[in-house]
Amino acid sequence: MIDFDRVSVRYADSQPDVLREVNLHIPEGELCLVVGPTGVGKSTLLGAINGLVPHFTGGTLTGRVRVADRDTADHPPRELADVVGVVAQDPLAGFATDTVEEELAYGMEQLAIEPAVMRKRVEETLDLLGLAGIRHRALRELSGGQQQRVAIGAVLTAHPRVLVLDEPTSALDPSAAEEVLAAITRLVHDLGVTVVLAEHRLERVVQYADRVLYLPGDGSVVSGAPAEVFARTSVAPPVVELGRLAGWQPLPLSVRDARRAAGPLRDQLPAAPVRPQPAAAELGLQAAQLLVRYGDLVAVAGVDLALDRGQITALMGRNGSGKSSLLWALQGSGPRQRGRVSVAGTDPQQLKPAAARALVGLVPQTPTDLLYLDSVAAELAQADRESNQPEGTAAAILDRLAPGIPTDRHPRDLSEGQKLALVLAVQLAAEPRVLLLDEPTRGLDYSAKHNLVSILQELARAGRAILVSTHDVEFVAAAADRVIVLAEGDVVADGPTAEVIVASPAFAPQVAKILSPLPYLTVAEVAEALA
Amino acid sequence: MTHGSGTTRRAGRRPPRSLHPIAWWLWAASLGVAASRTSNPLLLLLILAVLGYVVAVRRGEAPWARGFRYYLWFALVVVAIRVAFRSVFASASSPADHILFTLPRLPMPHWFSGVRIGGPVSLEATLSAGIDGLRLGVLLCCLGAANTLANPKRALRVLPGALYELGVAVTVSISVAPQLLDSAQRVARARRLRAGSAHGLRALRSIAVPVLADALDRSLKLAAAMDCRGYGRTGRASRGARRLTAALMLFGLLALAAGSYGLADPNAPAALGLPALVAGGVLCAGALALGGRRVSRSSYRPDPWQRPEWLVTGTGIASAVLLDLTAGFDPSGVNPSLYPLHWPSLPVLPTVAVLLAALAGVASPPPQPDRHRSPRPEAPTEAEPTRAAA
Repeated sequence: MIDFDRVSVRYADSQPDVLREVNLHIPEGELCLVVGPTGVGKSTLLGAINGLVPHFTGGTLTGRVRVADRDTADHPPRELADVVGVVAQDPLAGFATDTVEEELAYGMEQLAIEPAVMRKRVEETLDLLGLAGIRHRALRELSGGQQQRVAIGAVLTAHPRVLVLDEPTSALDPSAAEEVLAAITRLVHDLGVTVVLAEHRLERVVQYADRVLYLPGDGSVVSGAPAEVFARTSVAPPVVELGRLAGWQPLPLSVRDARRAAGPLRDQLPAAPVRPQPAAAELGLQAAQLLVRYGDLVAVAGVDLALDRGQITALMGRNGSGKSSLLWALQGSGPRQRGRVSVAGTDPQQLKPAAARALVGLVPQTPTDLLYLDSVAAELAQADRESNQPEGTAAAILDRLAPGIPTDRHPRDLSEGQKLALVLAVQLAAEPRVLLLDEPTRGLDYSAKHNLVSILQELARAGRAILVSTHDVEFVAAAADRVIVLAEGDVVADGPTAEVIVASPAFAPQVAKILSPLPYLTVAEVAEALA
Repeated sequence: MTHGSGTTRRAGRRPPRSLHPIAWWLWAASLGVAASRTSNPLLLLLILAVLGYVVAVRRGEAPWARGFRYYLWFALVVVAIRVAFRSVFASASSPADHILFTLPRLPMPHWFSGVRIGGPVSLEATLSAGIDGLRLGVLLCCLGAANTLANPKRALRVLPGALYELGVAVTVSISVAPQLLDSAQRVARARRLRAGSAHGLRALRSIAVPVLADALDRSLKLAAAMDCRGYGRTGRASRGARRLTAALMLFGLLALAAGSYGLADPNAPAALGLPALVAGGVLCAGALALGGRRVSRSSYRPDPWQRPEWLVTGTGIASAVLLDLTAGFDPSGVNPSLYPLHWPSLPVLPTVAVLLAALAGVASPPPQPDRHRSPRPEAPTEAEPTRAAA
C-alpha cells in the first residue's frame, strides 16, 4: 500500500539528512506504529506519505514514495486526498469549517463527490464514530476527544485507503484516549484501512500495532513486528521495559500478556517495595474553601488543599475537571470568588505580580505564552531583571535543568522539552517556594519525561512544594509522592500515590496492573527490589 | 420583541427551513433600490417598518441573527451626523427659509471663503439633511436585514466556483477570529506570571509576539490540513482561459458598479443605469462560467430554490419596479418638494408597492430553531485552554 524506495529527506543543505535511504513497505490493512524520541523525523516520515514533505514543508526528497500506486513526486497532497487521510496533532487548528456536519462534508466537497453520496457518507461516518449526538454542535465547544474523533471522521468521509495520524492521543485524558483508539482499531478491523500512527504515549497504543517503525535518530528506519523491534528500542512503554527486565520471551506488549507471564516474578518480589517514609514536612501552601466560577459554571467547588514543602503532588482528573482553574487560583493570577490561600502567611492574590511570583511560580499549559523575546539569552536576562536577581541567575538554573541549550537560539525553535526547561528556569529565577506546573508532559518523549522527573525531584529536595497537573499516569507513578483527583471541581481522592492510583482502573500504571495485587508502580521500583 | 409566540404558532403549520440566502439578498437589495428612489420620509419609514417586520418574524436564533438592532443604531448615527454637518457647514439659503437658530459664525480667511462655518440654520436645510440621512440609513438597514435573515456563511457557499477561494478566505477568517481572541486572553493572563506590566509598548510586544506567532502556527497548520483534504485540486483550465476570466470579471464588476450607481442616483445619466447593469451582469456571468470550470467541487446539502424563494424574490423586485414606475407618474408624492414646506402625504400606489415586500414575511418558511448551540452549557474554554502546538 505504501512503498518507500531509497527515500532521503533534508530540509537545508547545511543540515544532515532527516531520513536517509529509507526502504519501507507497509501492506494494506495494517496498523503501523511510528516510534522514536522527539526530533528524529517521525513527522517527516508521516508527511512524506501524502507528499506534504516536500510539497508543503519545503526541503529535498530523493528516492520514490508511492501510495496506492501514485508517486508523491507527481501528486501534491491535494491530489492524494482521496487516498490518504491525514489527521494532524492539533485537530482544532486543522478544522476548515465550524460545525461537525460541515466539517465531515468539507473534504468530499473538495473531491466533487455527488451531494446524494455525501449525505449518505456523512450519516454513516456519524454513526461509525459515535458523533450523531453532536452533529450540529460548534467544533470549538467539543471536548478534546470529540474533536479528535471529528477530525478522524472528516478525513474518513473521503474513503481514504490510508489514514495517517500524528499523536492522536497526546492531549487527551486516559478515557478520551481510549475512545479515540477504539475508533481507530475499529477502522482497521471493519474497514481494512491502513493506519500509520505516531505516538509518544506508547503504553496506550503498543498493543494494537501490527508493525512498528522505529527511528533511532540516525536517519534510518527499522521496520518489523512489535515484539522484535521493541527488544532493542531506546523508547519503550513500561510493559516492554518490565518484560526486558524480567527476560520474558516473546516480549509481551499488552498488560494481559504480561500478566500471564508475570506469575513467577510476582512470587519472587517482596510483598511491597521499600519507599522512603516522608519526613514530617513543613507546610508550603495552604488553601481553604477555594471557589472559582465562570458565570453559571463552577470550575472549582470549595477545595481545601495543603501542600508540604519537599513533596511532589500530582493533580489528576479528566479534561475540564477544574485542574487549570485550581492552579491559576492558587497562584493568585486567576479568578477566585471565595476562599483563602496562604503561602508563608501571605495571600499571593493580595500581592503585586512580582511579589506573588516570588511566592508561587506557575508554568502554564502553553509554556510559549510566556516567551516573547527573540533569543534564549534575552529571555534569561529579562527573567533576572523581572525577579531582581543578579545577572546570570536564570542562565545558571537553565544550565542545571537542561545543559547545552544554545543561548542564541530562538525560543520557538527549541524542542518541547527544552522550551519547558527554559520556562521553568524563567519562573524559578524568582525562587518561588511553591511551584505549580500545568500539563508539563504533553509533547515530551520518554527521555524528556525522565529528565523532568529528576528535575522536579531535585527541586523538591531543595524544599519547594510542587503541584503538577497531568493526565500521564506513568509520569505520576514515577514522580509524585501524593495524588489528588479532581472531578467537577471537587477533590474526590487525595492520598499517597500508591494508594490512589493503584485503586483506580483508569489511572493505574501498567506495572501496577501487571503485578497487582503487589503495590509496585514503576519498573525502577521492581528493578530495585530485585537487585 | 414579541414575535416568539407567533413563530411557534406558524411553525406548527409549515415545516421550518432556512430560505435560500440569495433570495433574501435579492429581496433586501430590491428594497434598497426602492428606498433610493424616494425622498418621502413616510415612505422611507414604511420601508424601515417592512424590514423590521420581516426580520422580526423570519430571523433565526444564531449569533448573526441578533445584529439588526446594531444596524438601526448605525442608521440613527448616520442621520445625526448628516444633520449636524449640514447645520455647521451652513450652505446658501434662500430668503424664504425658516431660520431655526443662528450658530456663531467662524471667521474664515478670505482665500478660504468658499466654506462657511456657523451661521443661520434653516428648517428646510435640516429637513433635507435629515431625509438624506434617513435614506442612507434605510439602505444600511436593507444590508442589515439581508445579513440577519441569511446565514452569511451559507451565502458565501453559493458563490460561483470562480469566486470560491474568496469565499473560503472569508469563512476561514470568521472562524479563526475567536481562536485569536482566546489566545490573546491566554497570553495576557500569562503575562502576570512574569510580573510584566500590562501597559506600554513593552507589554504590547510581550502580548503581540506570542499571539501572532500562535496565529501564524495555526494558519500554517490549517493550510496544511486543507491541502491534505483536497483544497485547490486543479480542474482543467489553461493559462489563457484564466487571463480571459480575470479580464471579463474586472470589466464586468466595473460595469456593475457603474450600473448600480446609476440606478441609485436619480441624477445620473440614463446610460449608466440599467444598460450598464445588464452589460456588467452579462460580463460577470461569462467570467464566472469560464472560471468555474477550473474548480471541481460539489456542495453538501445545497439550499433548494423552491416556491418560497421565488415568492420572496418576486415581492421584493415587484415593489422596487412599482415604486420606480410611480416615481415617474407621481413625482410630488414619491419625491415631495420642501418648497413650500408641507406635511408629506402617503401616496397610494407607492405605499402598496412597499407593503407588497412585507408579504415576504408570510411567503417564506419559518426559520429553523438554533441547532448550533448545545442543549446544555459545556465547560468554557477557560477550563481547557487550547492545546499546545507541539
